[in-house]
Order: sequence, then C-alpha cells, then structure tokens
Amino acid sequence: MVKVAIWGSLREATEGAAEVEVEAANLRQLLDGLAERHPAIRPQIERGVSVSIDGLIFNDSWFQPVSPDSEVVLLPRIVGG
Amino acid sequence: MALDDKLGVKDRTFKIVGTRPNRPDGIDKVTGRARFGADMNAPGMLTGHVLRSPHPHARIRAIDTSKAEALPGVKAVITAKDFGHVPDDMADVLDHCLAGDKVLYDGHGVAAIAAVSPAVAKQALKLIDVDYEVLPHVTDVDAAMKPDAPVIREAGGDETVPDGMSKNAMHRFEFGHGDPETGFGEADLVIERSFRTEAAHQGYIEPNACLATLAPDGQAELWCCTQGHYAVRDMCAAILGLDKGMLRVTASEIGGGFGGKTTVFIEPIALMLSKKTGRPVKMVMTRDEVFRASGPTASTSSDVKIGMTKDGTITGAFAEFRYQGGAYPGSPVEFGAMACFAPYDLKHVKTVGWDVVTNRPKQAAYRAPGAPMAAFATESVIDELCQKLGLDPVETRLKNAASEGTKSAYGPTFPQIGVKATLEAAKAHPHYAAPLGPNQGRGVATGFWFNFGGNTCVSLNVNADGTVSLTEGNPDIGGSRASMTMMAAEELGIPYDRIRTVIADTGSLGLNDVTDGSRVTFAVGLSTIKAARDAIRVMCERAAMVWGIDPDAVEWEDGHAKPAGPNAGQFPPMSLAEIAAQASNTGGPIAGHHEVNAEGAGVSFATHLVDSEVDPETGAVKTLRYTVFQDAGKAVHPSYVEGQFQGGAVQGIGWALNEEYIYGEDGKLQNAGFLDYRVPVASDLPMIDTVILEIPNPGHPYGVRGVGETSIVPPLAAIANSVSNAAGVRLTDIPMSPPKVLEAIDAAG
Repeated sequence: MVKVAIWGSLREATEGAAEVEVEAANLRQLLDGLAERHPAIRPQIERGVSVSIDGLIFNDSWFQPVSPDSEVVLLPRIVGG
Repeated sequence: MALDDKLGVKDRTFKIVGTRPNRPDGIDKVTGRARFGADMNAPGMLTGHVLRSPHPHARIRAIDTSKAEALPGVKAVITAKDFGHVPDDMADVLDHCLAGDKVLYDGHGVAAIAAVSPAVAKQALKLIDVDYEVLPHVTDVDAAMKPDAPVIREAGGDETVPDGMSKNAMHRFEFGHGDPETGFGEADLVIERSFRTEAAHQGYIEPNACLATLAPDGQAELWCCTQGHYAVRDMCAAILGLDKGMLRVTASEIGGGFGGKTTVFIEPIALMLSKKTGRPVKMVMTRDEVFRASGPTASTSSDVKIGMTKDGTITGAFAEFRYQGGAYPGSPVEFGAMACFAPYDLKHVKTVGWDVVTNRPKQAAYRAPGAPMAAFATESVIDELCQKLGLDPVETRLKNAASEGTKSAYGPTFPQIGVKATLEAAKAHPHYAAPLGPNQGRGVATGFWFNFGGNTCVSLNVNADGTVSLTEGNPDIGGSRASMTMMAAEELGIPYDRIRTVIADTGSLGLNDVTDGSRVTFAVGLSTIKAARDAIRVMCERAAMVWGIDPDAVEWEDGHAKPAGPNAGQFPPMSLAEIAAQASNTGGPIAGHHEVNAEGAGVSFATHLVDSEVDPETGAVKTLRYTVFQDAGKAVHPSYVEGQFQGGAVQGIGWALNEEYIYGEDGKLQNAGFLDYRVPVASDLPMIDTVILEIPNPGHPYGVRGVGETSIVPPLAAIANSVSNAAGVRLTDIPMSPPKVLEAIDAAG
C-alpha cells in the first residue's frame, strides 16, 4: 500500500484523514485508486492534480512507479508563466 | 533521465555549456529582419477588429450587425454565436475572446469585423448596435467577497466553498501542517498584518497579433505571437471544431510574454473571420486592447500572522489569501499559498486561499503565477519580526531555512535544494555590508518556485557537410535557441557555430507544451541532449560499419567516433563530418530524436537584496542598488541566466513601485496605456547585480533547473522591506506609489 498525503482542505474528501492508503504500483493506479476509495476527491482530480513523489513533481506520467517506501503528496496541478 | 551518472555532473568539465557565445537571433533582431506577430502579410488579406464593451457588467439583449454588414468594404461580422457549441473546457476561453450572454468587464469583446482596411473596420464597429442591460459591477476582491456583492457567475463556486459565501467565491483551500495557534503560543512576538497588491500587466512590448487562413476544405494556417503554438492550435481547433492535424500554427518571434501569451485572445476570432470570408485575416491588438482585454495578473488581499522567539525561530505561521482573477475562475492563489512559506522549515504552518471573480479581464499567468504577491505579505511580516526583535534578517532566514529533508509548507519533503546557498551568498556579498545614507533602507526577501517539465519533442539532423540542424517546438522567449545549440554542441563535440536551431511549426514536430513553468532549458534541454546521444549512437554504428567492427566497440569522444580500446582494432578516429559525408553510403541520413513528457523538474529559490531611498517630501522611491542570488542548477548560458534574474527583478521593481490597474467607480480601466501605466525604464534603475549559484538538479543530465520565474518572487517583498526601513513605517499596499508612501509617512507622524 502507498501512503498518500492529502492537503488540508481536501481532507474533507477523506473523512478528515491527512494520509490515505492506496494499492498502487504507478501513478495511474494511484489516482484511480484514490478516486475509487474516496469519490469526493474526484472533482479535484478532474480539475487537475500534480503528484510529488519523493520530492519531485509529476503531472501526467501514468506509469511512473510508486512504492510503499515513496513519499507521495497530492498537490493542485502546478502551472507556470 | 537522472543526473548524468556516467560523467558525474559535479565533476564534469564542460567545454561549451557555461560559456557565453553570441545569441543566434541577435543580428536578425538588431537589423529588423526578425519577423514578429504583426510582420506577416498575405495576398488578399483582410483586417480584423473587435467591438468591445463600454460596460463592466451588462446583459446583452440583442446585437444588430446589419448596418455594419451593409457598409462597403466589410466582408464579415461575427459574434460568439457564430462559434456554436464549444467543449466545456473551452467555454471560458472563447467567452473571454467574445462574450456570450453577458459582458463581464470593461473591454470585453462583443463582435468582430473583417474589412478591407482598418478605416473601414473602425467605421463599421460604430455601426454595430448592441442593446445592453447594464448590471451592477464589482472590481475589488474584498468587495466581491461580501454577501451582497453583485453576482458575476450565477452558478457560484465549487464544492469547496462553504454555504452562505458570496457566489463570487469560486474555490477555497487549505495547506499546511501542525497547529499555528500552538506555535503562536510558543512565540515571544507575534505580528499580524493585512496586505494588498494591485493587478499588474506582464507589460510585453509586442502587442498580440496573428494572421489566419481557414480554407473551405478545413485546412488552416495560423501565424501568431505566442509562448505556445501547440496550445494555440489545440485551443483554436477545439473552439472551431477543426482537426488538430489540419491546423498548422507557426510561432513568430516574440516581443515578450512572461506568461501573458500562454492563451488566446484574438486567434479564434481571426480564424472564424477567415472561415466566413474565405480570405486571410490579420489582427493586431492595440495597446489599449492589450491592457483592457488580455490577461493581467490577479489583484490580492491577504492577512498574515507569524510568531517568532527572541532567538529568531519561527514558531508558527498563518496566512489567508484572497485573489481575484477577473470574471472567470482560476486565479493563481493556490500557488501563492503553497510557495510563500516554502523557503522555511516550519513546525506549525497553515495557509488558506480563496479564488474570487470580479468584473475584470480573465487573468493570465505572469512569471511564477501567484507567488510574488503572497511572498510580499509573508516576507514583510518576517522582516518586521526581525526588526522588532533586533535580529539580522538574513541570519534569521538562514536559521529557519529549509534544506534537504525538510517537510515543505506545501507538503513534499525537499530533496537537495539551494535556499541556504542563496542566503549564505547574500550574507557574504559586499552589498550586505555596504553603508546606507539618510532616508535609505535595505530590504531582503527570499522566494521559491516549483518549475516543471512537460511534453517535449526534439529532432536533430546531421547534414552531409557536418553541420547540424536542431529542431525544437518552443518559442524562444529567453534564449532557448542559444541554450539548445550549446547543449547539442557539448554532446556532439562540435563547435557552437556548426549547429543551427530552429523553432518548428506544429506540423513538423510532435506536441511541445507551452514555453512556461521555467520548463524549456530543463525539458527541451534534456530532450536535446538525448536526441544528440541518439544521433551519436547512429554515427557510432556507421563508423563500426566502415571499420567492420561491432558497434559496441565504438565510442564517441570530442566529435569523433573511435575504437573503444585496443582490442577493438586500430582505426584513426572518424569525425562527425566524415561520418556525415558518407551517410548516403552507410544507410542514409543521420538523425537523432527524443520525445518525452519530462517530469522531475527541480524547485528553485532566490534571495534578493535591495537598497532604496525614500524622498520624505514627495514619497518617491529610488532603487539604489539591487543584487539577485539564485540557484540555476547549472547555468548553460550565464548571460541569459543573468538576464532572467535581472528581468524578474526589474519587473518586480515596476510592480512594487508603480504598475497598477486603476479601475474607477464606474468599473472602467483608467490607465490603459504606457503613459499612465508606467513600467520602469533603464533610467529608473540601477545595474541589477547577479550571483548565479549552481546546486545541480538531480533530474537533469547537466543538473539544470528552470530560472525564468523564481526571480520575480522576492522583489515585491524585498523592495517593500527596503522602503519600509527607509521610511520608518511598514508599507503594506502594492504598488508603493509616491502618494501611498507619503500617506504612510504622514500617518506615522
């Protein structure tokens, strides 16, 4: 199981949990698993999210590996100018 | 895609990367040969113009275009209705170009005309009758949050907005960890202050311009000034119902963008006018239109509370931010809230943010979107705490600075980062110890930006004469042609001037994301290096073929293939030019490619030092000295890196001291021109000194980090701190124009 850190206000979608566990080996499975286990997160995922894996930010790479040892943090999708 | 393991970037000696060759676009630009957005013409071309709303908020009851259409020389008139239904994710983009049922801000497009000349078009615009039902308006972020504020979007906010809030609140969020109240309880001093910043425009010198041709068979061409022609293609194709492959977009040279040219304002209109007339249509926004109807940044209001012990430890931090992003949701408040406390290692930190709509144009990105305004607020309070506790502001920041292993205020744990390096460099710099005169003050601030990578496609062709053509798909807004050429030359081992880099149109390469997010030197650079290595692999195979040995027995060094060791055979090294000359005999053209969605961009930090002098009689501020300290990972072309640092500082100086969108009580923009919206010019500025730090990004073969955005994060705060120290009173309202500074001085007695 991969532990995913949830930011403050999004914890309303996880019954207050700051960290949730998802069975996932890659980013796609992680996001699918999150939306399945916590449907209230789905609107935010559809608005766009980035995922920090061990301190590096990933936006789209479905098959980026994640492991139970990874630090995984959900973030609003990062944009730039 | 990791840092170059084989070579070990820390120990690697670069031959070309890190030098300062002449820029390849320099001669074209100084001789006037470079073609910008408005420089393209076509036979039979029409001119397109937009009728804009004089009201900040009104319902459109009816539009009568008949008299305009009857005017000789007018070839087409369109409104939003001509576009029919567009995909949901493009609805706001089109609405910002041409209004639907309501106009939402002063200058909002209502209808557009294609005519044979600008004179005819302007005459025709006056003949369009629009029946408006004028509605109450609101342009201030705090006023828009009030329960009785005029409602701009009836649907209101999303699921994150609590019941009972104004319908203008679109989105709410929180970040952080720990409990700030506990932290405040551990502090010796807690300071709480409110701040405001006004909207600024990116101030790009080249107005938006395009030339569009849409033929009856659905094939379309678009020439435009943009930071991302693939994004323009995708947006226009979606809005007009075109196949992406049928719309070829070519990016012109660009006279500045800074985030403001990451979306469309006129391009779908030009294409629709061309579709209706069957002729090419050129559109060039006036400066007035650029100010009123493109995408300035958000204006903000914020409250910050920070606690500190006598020894300078920050014990708790809280900030609430309200950003208005115009009449459409999507202000960059989340990024401000995530970035503002990122430089520090904090046990108790929380940020709250609100995305708010007002009757203003839809904001667009502006270098490190959202971060400068938030950093202004939080770095001001940290400065005031240092002041009141008698602490050194750089030492105090160092004491609290984040480092590898710190859990950041926005969540992730940092890998190797350079915030302490920027502070140490500032502390050691002669600027920090230089004496100050009367009415002068010194300010320091630290800033953070995320950076990212994204979709990138690069092609590298080795020509028969040994020259190399490198093709990338990102408009060059910050020296990318020079940087890519240098990285290709470094890998291939050939001189810089043997390579020419061009920016391809959308039909010539796969998807390249927009030139934004400080992504290009990182992501396109990475792809260029990989494409060069791909070409090297092919060239080694060709040499092996000629020598009759195994390709694995060939290695590449200094622009030559050579046997990997004595067992591979005795052959003289074969140069790139020699291999290229024989390419037709050894299998055909030699090329290298790389396509990737680059992830793993490294975050970046900067610390700025500035000295200001305040005239106590007039409130005028003069910037005396300015030094930027920033982590570049690896500076590929240091002159361009310095230029990015200097540009961010200068834009920050303008935003901090002069630039602002001024809306009257009538909801109309009062200063839509460079005479009344004053950007700093060279004579207003000191030389901006720069110190490049190089803490390698482990996600890039050469250790490159993006540098384009972080440099605009600290200036608002650094200048506010210097002005506050010079004036002897805390300035909390950006811009710190002379009347505001004078008022603050007078109020302080």
